Amino acid sequence: MLTPNSIPEEKVKLSNKQIIIKFLTNNMVTIMFIVLGLAGFFIAGMNPFLFLFDIVARMSRNSFLVLSLIIPVVAGMGLNFSIVLGAMAGQALLIFVTHWGITGLPGILLCIVLVTPLSMFLGYLTGKLFNKAKGQEMIAGLILAFFAQGIYELIFLQLVGGIIPMENRVLIMGQGIGVRTTVDLTDGLKYGLDWPGLSWGMPNLLRPTLPWTIIVGVIVLLVGYLAYILFFKGKRASMPKLISAAAVGGFLVYWSVNQIQTASMINMVRIPLLTWFVILALCLFIVFFSKTKLGQDMRSVGQDRHVAAVSGIQVDRVRVIAIMMSMVMASWGHIIFLQNMGAFSTYGSHEQIGLYSVAALLIGGATVTKATIGQALLGVFLFHTLFIVSPSAGRQLFGDAQVGEYFRVFVAYGVIGATLAMHAWRKLLQRKGELGV
Amino acid sequence: MGEPYLLQMKNIGKSYYGTQVLQDINLSLKPGEIHAIVGENGAGKSTLMNILFGMEVIHSTGGYEGEIHVNGKKEEIDSPQKAMEMGIGMVHQEFMLLPNFTITENIKLNRENLKPSFLSRVFGEKTKRLDFPTMNADARKALNKLDIDIEEYVMVAGLPVGYMQLTEIAREIDKTNVKVIVFDEPTAVLAESEAERLLEAMKIIAEEGIAILFITHRLDEVIAISDNITVLRDGKLVATKKAEETDASQLAELMVGRKIEKMVHGEERDFKNEIALKTQNLVVHMPGEKVKGVDLEIKKGEFFGIGGLAGQGKVGVANGIMGLYPGTGQVWINGKPLGLNSPSKSMARGLAYVSEDRRGVGLLLDSSVELNIVITSLQNQDKFLKNYGLLRLMDNKGIHQHALKMIKELDIRCTGPTQLVKRLSGGNQQKVCIARALTMQPDILFVSEPTRGIDVGAKRLVLETLVRLNDELGMTIIMTSSELGELRSVCDRIAIVSEGAIAGILRPGDPDADYGLLMGGKRKRRGA
Amino acid sequence: MKFDLLSIGKAFLANFGLARIIILAFFIFLCIMAVVFQLDVAELLTSSLVRIGMWGVLVLAMLPAIRSGIGPNFGVSLGILCGLIGALTALEMAFRLRETVQFSGGVLFLLAILISIPFAVITGVFYGWLLNRVKGSEMMIATYVGFSMVSIMKIAWLFLPYTSPEMAWPIGRGVRVQISLAGRGITRLLNNFLSFNIGDVVVPTGLLLFFALMCFLVWLFMRSKTGVAMHAAGDNPRFSEAAGINVNRSRMIGTTLSTVLGAIGILVYAQSYGFVQLYEGPMFMPFVAVAAVLIGGASVKKATITHVVIGTALFLGIQVVAIPVANAFTTEWASMGEISRKIIQNGVILYALTQAGGE
Repeated sequence: MLTPNSIPEEKVKLSNKQIIIKFLTNNMVTIMFIVLGLAGFFIAGMNPFLFLFDIVARMSRNSFLVLSLIIPVVAGMGLNFSIVLGAMAGQALLIFVTHWGITGLPGILLCIVLVTPLSMFLGYLTGKLFNKAKGQEMIAGLILAFFAQGIYELIFLQLVGGIIPMENRVLIMGQGIGVRTTVDLTDGLKYGLDWPGLSWGMPNLLRPTLPWTIIVGVIVLLVGYLAYILFFKGKRASMPKLISAAAVGGFLVYWSVNQIQTASMINMVRIPLLTWFVILALCLFIVFFSKTKLGQDMRSVGQDRHVAAVSGIQVDRVRVIAIMMSMVMASWGHIIFLQNMGAFSTYGSHEQIGLYSVAALLIGGATVTKATIGQALLGVFLFHTLFIVSPSAGRQLFGDAQVGEYFRVFVAYGVIGATLAMHAWRKLLQRKGELGV
Repeated sequence: MGEPYLLQMKNIGKSYYGTQVLQDINLSLKPGEIHAIVGENGAGKSTLMNILFGMEVIHSTGGYEGEIHVNGKKEEIDSPQKAMEMGIGMVHQEFMLLPNFTITENIKLNRENLKPSFLSRVFGEKTKRLDFPTMNADARKALNKLDIDIEEYVMVAGLPVGYMQLTEIAREIDKTNVKVIVFDEPTAVLAESEAERLLEAMKIIAEEGIAILFITHRLDEVIAISDNITVLRDGKLVATKKAEETDASQLAELMVGRKIEKMVHGEERDFKNEIALKTQNLVVHMPGEKVKGVDLEIKKGEFFGIGGLAGQGKVGVANGIMGLYPGTGQVWINGKPLGLNSPSKSMARGLAYVSEDRRGVGLLLDSSVELNIVITSLQNQDKFLKNYGLLRLMDNKGIHQHALKMIKELDIRCTGPTQLVKRLSGGNQQKVCIARALTMQPDILFVSEPTRGIDVGAKRLVLETLVRLNDELGMTIIMTSSELGELRSVCDRIAIVSEGAIAGILRPGDPDADYGLLMGGKRKRRGA
Repeated sequence: MKFDLLSIGKAFLANFGLARIIILAFFIFLCIMAVVFQLDVAELLTSSLVRIGMWGVLVLAMLPAIRSGIGPNFGVSLGILCGLIGALTALEMAFRLRETVQFSGGVLFLLAILISIPFAVITGVFYGWLLNRVKGSEMMIATYVGFSMVSIMKIAWLFLPYTSPEMAWPIGRGVRVQISLAGRGITRLLNNFLSFNIGDVVVPTGLLLFFALMCFLVWLFMRSKTGVAMHAAGDNPRFSEAAGINVNRSRMIGTTLSTVLGAIGILVYAQSYGFVQLYEGPMFMPFVAVAAVLIGGASVKKATITHVVIGTALFLGIQVVAIPVANAFTTEWASMGEISRKIIQNGVILYALTQAGGE
């Protein structure tokens, strides 16, 4: 019998101190931003109600975009800066659908349907390009976004209204050529997904208040869990877990009921339920997808292209598919983003999408080679907390809101730069290690 | 004899661009047979396996001659996929494993068991879900067959190499249709105890009725485990023997035996007892060519050879002494100790090096011939620099003249000193490397694989140049080469490196069997 | 014969690259159009010459970076920031010492260069140290280091104690977004030096001479022992280790030199432009410089001074000619100049990235 006697015991018992240190170093970025966010929150003297109002809106409009970055990371292509192209496609469709005058939820659905083939096509081209620049996908994605900006401007500034006919006083500039620099979606696609009932005179359809959402959510989870145990013979969670879950759930329900009874401002915070369902569906899809054959192929390619190729996986094809999926998700994500914003700058609102989404993902603790749904959502929360609090914190500290605004931009660039540098350094050390140095 | 053959390779031949590298190879395998293939580097083992495996290199260069029969039927194996379909598996020398996958996931890599999902009806096969319970059960079965007691859900990262290899083997036997498994130098990376386990595992597999093709250089392993042994030399089949009818020294002789072209020095030369270079317990961490403790004494004016099979560490010796790869141990040059790990220190002590990796380490391909010739000397000896007032700049004229001199002396065929090196032929590139080493005016010249990848005529010229340098300038030359014939034609003494250490030192005229045995991993007995 | 022409054509295509041929053709097309539309060719030439001189040194900053192996310096904005600090500090000194000395424009310009160089050297050494730790990902990291530093300097501009009235906002905090150099004797200092006319074309002699001088200095450096070592380190690091060259040190020197040239480059740019641009100003300048050297025929691994000169002339030439041509074509196409710049600039960088091959 061959026994694994020579296997190094990985689970050597670590002392509590070591465990804490390991946890801290592994989650350094996230912890730093939790501290920054908290400090900013208190320095700024934020009104918790306004904060909650703002963060709910920001999370519901940004999460989808950030989630769209996960699949390329899994496929080993790093942070996909080319999602800006998907955003452009989404934006283009919003302009056209606004021009056609289709409003509300049907308009949004039409956008989604039409943007899908377009962004698949863009994703296909981008994937092909990345396959030609293996190992430099990120810089290629960044430059590609700049390049596409030129093409986008060419189309919407010079061709639309001229070669591409579009007659619309509101959308097109005075001389008849080029889309105006801002597009207002009010009375059109604005809140198409967030307030699906708006155009039918039911503004609060599928928009429950925060406390009610929490109460119903807790009940649904409870029923779901019981059904899982009773009807599907699922495994029961451990006792401590159950107790803590019950405690948290109980507290949340108590708090919510309390808020409803006292008719506090919190009852003004409404949840765009449909949007959240869409985000939830995407999360479930990503989880499901990672367990499919294609998902497994992506994980294989992500770890080692050579080994994957030798075992017969079509590496280049898998990589192209990964980018196509990411691109489609990004285009949907940007439509969700803009219908919530309600108006957008035609030539600018997509430019920073790549930067802010990537920064958010990294702040959540993701790296160039590993990203999870939890990290994405946590990252959106932390990054946008910083976004909300930093101008007022800047004003409090330096008497200048500008400082805070500059600071948050620096944070976005800085966190990307630092994460990339750490990753590259580690890779270099690893390569040196393989050389037996 | 009545048993049908599982695999037959008939009259297999292969030529690359007009050079015949494999000729008339016949090989037959029965179920459950362990068949060893032995031979020196370049004997054609890997080409043969590439043909069997339908590799791209073979088919992009005009395919092969002869026929391959599987189960008595002629088959055209034109891609690795086809080979796999035919039931031919391969355990690679370098592991094809993904470290962050479990053993199961690695065993099932790209052969995952699938079950339908709600998407797979629309989007097809690729969106089916992985069926982990079945995958785990299959993996367990394969591991059990090999008698390995390790959980299939363990990550591969951190496993000892022996287990990684067994995982690879488990992957092959998990393939339901597998009939033949090729083991390419499987014990090369293993410690002795691990190698023994592996041989056990191979026996178990053979008992299942799977045939094994075993490529190795360890002759004692071959004798111990194989049923039949095929010896290749220079692309030809020399002999096929039953294991019980032969022994290691006969195999060694068959493996090496060849006429030696010419003894350049005719007689054995005597050297004064001046030691030019001495090493003691030299260890070099060169990946793939680790040196694990080499003791050498090389005399002044000697033409010394270092031979051995690929991966045994012969190339590491020169790289270690020149400071290109991290090393430990003692080295003395002319009796004075040399600090390791710094190329410039080594060069300052009168050493120069022509690297085995001509295009990777040996040349600045995008630069001119003249810059390639002078740059080492310019950087380390401050030659070819001229003062212009405050500035010290390259001395164009001096460089040009020196390059012209070298081009003439070594007969480098180029349009002139300013031609880019990448436009030269392999042989002329090699001469540029030698010219650079000579520009350093070294006492001791290391030359590694000087004739690799250059054509026959140029080979001769390069070797003659080296001999001339040794004869006329009395330069001590230490040449490392995979070609024994070449070493034996020019060297005074030849050290054979095996498993990172000197297996023995031979004279060019010593019998073939001695060479074969030393290369096959048997140490020379003291005093022999 | 026909076959031969075909193969020559193919070889030319392979050497010169499809992207570059398209750009060259586009430039020629623009020039023809300029003549067809009867634009003021002399004025176009004049402003082309000025633009070439303005950008030349910044593009030249790419050379040591590419040569030493770190690739096009997407982070040359670090050097630009050092140059800006030099400029502002020199102006501030002139303001504070106005009672005692009056600096002439030339002195002020030299002073700015002298102040910025130590900053650039220190920055360059740190930056080189960082890039040595991230081999293989230099371009991406350089880009983000550049972005980060530009954005942190945006905060710094708010706090740095510059008080000279042309710099500081009269009320509020920090320095202005754009600082005018008017009245300092420094505006177009180089441009006007020995300037002469050929017909209606004004030749900014001093500006071009300064660019030529910088090219010559870099050329001299590349012929020194250190320069040769740097070239080898960039060409083949493994070869260089074997030849006893300290590759990391060479890369550091290349990075530092590039940073210093970036600092000098922005000063040349600013004196010709007449304004010092802060805040967002340096953010995207590196991409222009990178694109220019690539258009000139460089790759991410190889560059010569010829590439720098040709690339600067071609890329900046296109920018000068494109706008009036587009305007002459139809007034509706007013944005075409800027759009074509974006497409060409980023298209050529993308092309170079795909040519560099994989890891």
